[in-house]
Amino acid sequence: MSSLSFTLNGKPVSVDVADDRRLIDLLRQDLGLIGSKEGCGIGNCGACTVLVDGAPRAACLTLAAQIAGRHVVTIEGAATSPLLRLLTESFATHGAVQCGYCTPGMIMAAAALLVRTPSPSRHEIRDGMSGNLCRCTGYHRIVDAIEAAAGRLFAETAK
Amino acid sequence: MTRLSLPIFEEVPEIGRAQPRRDATPKALGIEYFAGDAYPANLLWAGVRRAGVPHARLASIDTASALAIPGVVAVLTHADVKGSNRFGVVRRDQPVLVEAIVRHAGDPLALVLAETPEALRRGIALIEPVLEPLPGVFDAEDALAADAVLLYPDEGTNLLLDGEIVVGDAAGAFDACAAVVEACIETPWQDHAALETPVGVAVVEPDGRLVMTVSTQTPFRDRGEIAEALGLPEEGIRVIAPFLGGGFGGKDGITIQCLLGLAALHAAGRPVRMELSREESVSAGVKRHRTRLYYRLGAAADGALQALDARIYFDTGPYDHLGGAVMMLGLEHAGGPYRIPHVRLRAWSVRTNNPVAGAFRGFGVTQVTAAIEQMIDRLALALGKCPLEMRRHNAVRRGDRNAVGTTVLGPAGLVDCLDRLAAHPWWISRESWIAAAGLFKRRGIGIAALHHGTGYGPIIPDSAGAKIELTGGGRFRIYCGVADMGQGNSSTFLQIAGAILGQPMEAFDLLLPDTDRTLPSGSASASRTTSTFGIALTTAATVLRERLLCRAADAMMVPSADEFVLLPGSVRHLSSGRDFPLGVLAQRLPLDDRVAVAYHRMPGSRERPDAPPAMRLHGFPHRVFGYGAHLARVEVDELTGQVAVLDYLAVNESGAVLNPQLYEQQLQGAVAQGLGLAIWEDFKVERGLARTRDFDSYAIPTALDLPDLATQAISLYDENGPFGMKGVGEIAVNGPAVANAVAVAIKRRIDRFPLTPERVLAALDRPSEMP
Repeated sequence: MSSLSFTLNGKPVSVDVADDRRLIDLLRQDLGLIGSKEGCGIGNCGACTVLVDGAPRAACLTLAAQIAGRHVVTIEGAATSPLLRLLTESFATHGAVQCGYCTPGMIMAAAALLVRTPSPSRHEIRDGMSGNLCRCTGYHRIVDAIEAAAGRLFAETAK
Repeated sequence: MTRLSLPIFEEVPEIGRAQPRRDATPKALGIEYFAGDAYPANLLWAGVRRAGVPHARLASIDTASALAIPGVVAVLTHADVKGSNRFGVVRRDQPVLVEAIVRHAGDPLALVLAETPEALRRGIALIEPVLEPLPGVFDAEDALAADAVLLYPDEGTNLLLDGEIVVGDAAGAFDACAAVVEACIETPWQDHAALETPVGVAVVEPDGRLVMTVSTQTPFRDRGEIAEALGLPEEGIRVIAPFLGGGFGGKDGITIQCLLGLAALHAAGRPVRMELSREESVSAGVKRHRTRLYYRLGAAADGALQALDARIYFDTGPYDHLGGAVMMLGLEHAGGPYRIPHVRLRAWSVRTNNPVAGAFRGFGVTQVTAAIEQMIDRLALALGKCPLEMRRHNAVRRGDRNAVGTTVLGPAGLVDCLDRLAAHPWWISRESWIAAAGLFKRRGIGIAALHHGTGYGPIIPDSAGAKIELTGGGRFRIYCGVADMGQGNSSTFLQIAGAILGQPMEAFDLLLPDTDRTLPSGSASASRTTSTFGIALTTAATVLRERLLCRAADAMMVPSADEFVLLPGSVRHLSSGRDFPLGVLAQRLPLDDRVAVAYHRMPGSRERPDAPPAMRLHGFPHRVFGYGAHLARVEVDELTGQVAVLDYLAVNESGAVLNPQLYEQQLQGAVAQGLGLAIWEDFKVERGLARTRDFDSYAIPTALDLPDLATQAISLYDENGPFGMKGVGEIAVNGPAVANAVAVAIKRRIDRFPLTPERVLAALDRPSEMP
């Protein structure tokens, strides 16, 4: 066990964790943040995507110890992040959510994409989301949702 | 930027309007609880040691080393199972824990309970089974040979079920055909790859009841199977089914339920969690059947189909699961949505030591559609006919007999679907589009026609029970007995009840399946989920509405309820314009008066009563069918052999459309899975061992692989479903449109899915087969 301090969704957190504890287990089991899902355990599906210092990371491949001192944002950060909130609304209204198991991870990856590329083409969206698997939707509506969210962001920035 | 809490669904959800699902935002925000999202205090972790060999005698099993691991609480074997130790949807033939014979590599040998996942992992690794290998059988046709290794020597055969449908005289009719084509087509196993693997939490409560929250498409059926397998009374088990993180048939039937229940029975009242890893789910879980389909199809010179002979082998693995039913639905659909006067169709569901095959969206129809639709294109080519015109010429319409001789009763929109394709710019411009292929690229356009029957067929009751309540606080509560695996049926139930009762979705509480609180409503499967429960709910909501109007009339001492209507939150007396709040009305009514319950059993087909009882039991024939016509535009890279789907159009008629957004979701998702099957998903099994292990070795489509998926609906009213719908969950899973497009592009046929670069390059080495 080691003591670990980091920033989670904008708030400082200090916890004791085992040295081999994965970030996904810390989030889900120890902290009760069940929005991040585990779909494969080896970084292939993207369902556990979180942002670490703004970059998308697979929480199943990240050790809790690796986030010491860093800023971690999960889907629960939608409570305070306008960008995440915008994306969740856009996913819901555009029919991009079916079973919903991949959705939180998709939204985290989309947020990272929009920060990196504020006005992505559809191909850039597909490219940016290609690390996140969805078995329900065929991705069309996910691309629509991200495109629409980017459009709204652009419109609000222009104001 | 505005910050909102959950969206308010304050409009009355009209039938036919495109509207977002109510479950979408809670899921997107990660606040919806799935079966694996609870980690109760004092939790134990359960997992199994699997055989790892496809066929063997279990001589002994040593659990001492595992038990010696600190944190391992118990190791259970078949000897700890008090019931039949068997489960299965149709036949109870699958062991919870193997007693003596291992019949596939995923068979579980021992169940471990541990304090931590780490102790569980170590404990499982230290189980020491002594397995004496037996020769195996790994091909459905081989397994039917007279000298084949038998999985069940007592039965004397590896055949699980066969079926034959004969109409007219196929053998004789081929002689009169102007053209006859023949081929053997193969389709591979397919993994469901739901993003949520099978998972659940169970506990034996102080009163002795086993309570399980689990990811399942079939909570009520599970309860009966768990009871039998573990030797518990059915009323001693409660199964709760929250939203599933995907199912697609992979959770139609027991996955972990019996093992999880057994673990809980040995956990001294502590909660137990069990979750399959991705690797375990891929290597040991149920698959779509691998099939081999021998087809011979003939037509007259004008393109009229005359004769079809088909022999179809389904490799069902060692246990029934739904292998008989899948075969039968495939057999029924094997002639496609066409009029063919002379057919002989035969199919065999055969047991092997390969992975267990069972339900997967499409349910046997996906495989036969792959065959018949590629045969139609071959035949059109042989006759010099346009493939679209050929299909149109033979398409079933209402009143026709279909290829298996049953009467097409309801609206049959196949011709409408084909006409939409024919009028679409992608079809009209096909020659110039193909000619515009770039350097080292070849382009092709292909189409396929589809049909899919709804429901369980004539014998198994396709029924559901709906309950709706006006709560004491003036809200409405729907008791939903059928699972929502992600397709959004529960949101459609809110829409249906909302439209009938004139209330916004916001006014409803939704109780998802819970065997203690909701009514048995069958499985979330067979394209019947929204239809069957939807009719029951329509009746219940209508009964409740009429009663509430009567009670309002009584309360206001007005003689006729006709003067009242339900509005959001109130009942309005139209003559006086006075509103009676529902909350006030609810307070005046006893509970029994605020509840309405209705059952519905879907009518089955009255035809073919002479068909063998086993065929009818397994679903033949169906009464209601949906139809579709799909088009794919592909580009093949001559140098790499890669197939890129550039455009896809799905036109479907599945009755009336209740919510265009959800209808489109079903089409797009099914198309994506069909394209995965046709192009990328190469599930490899060698001598019974899955070589495909995870998402590294199993390539389900990514956002980069798929194009935008265009969809169109032909909305026709069918009297059998709620508000005229039929059910659209499965029909769009298919691969032949893209296979036909690839054939056009490379002028050669590839008779095996997936159309991998290796197979494309190998085909390009052969002489051209087309002009």
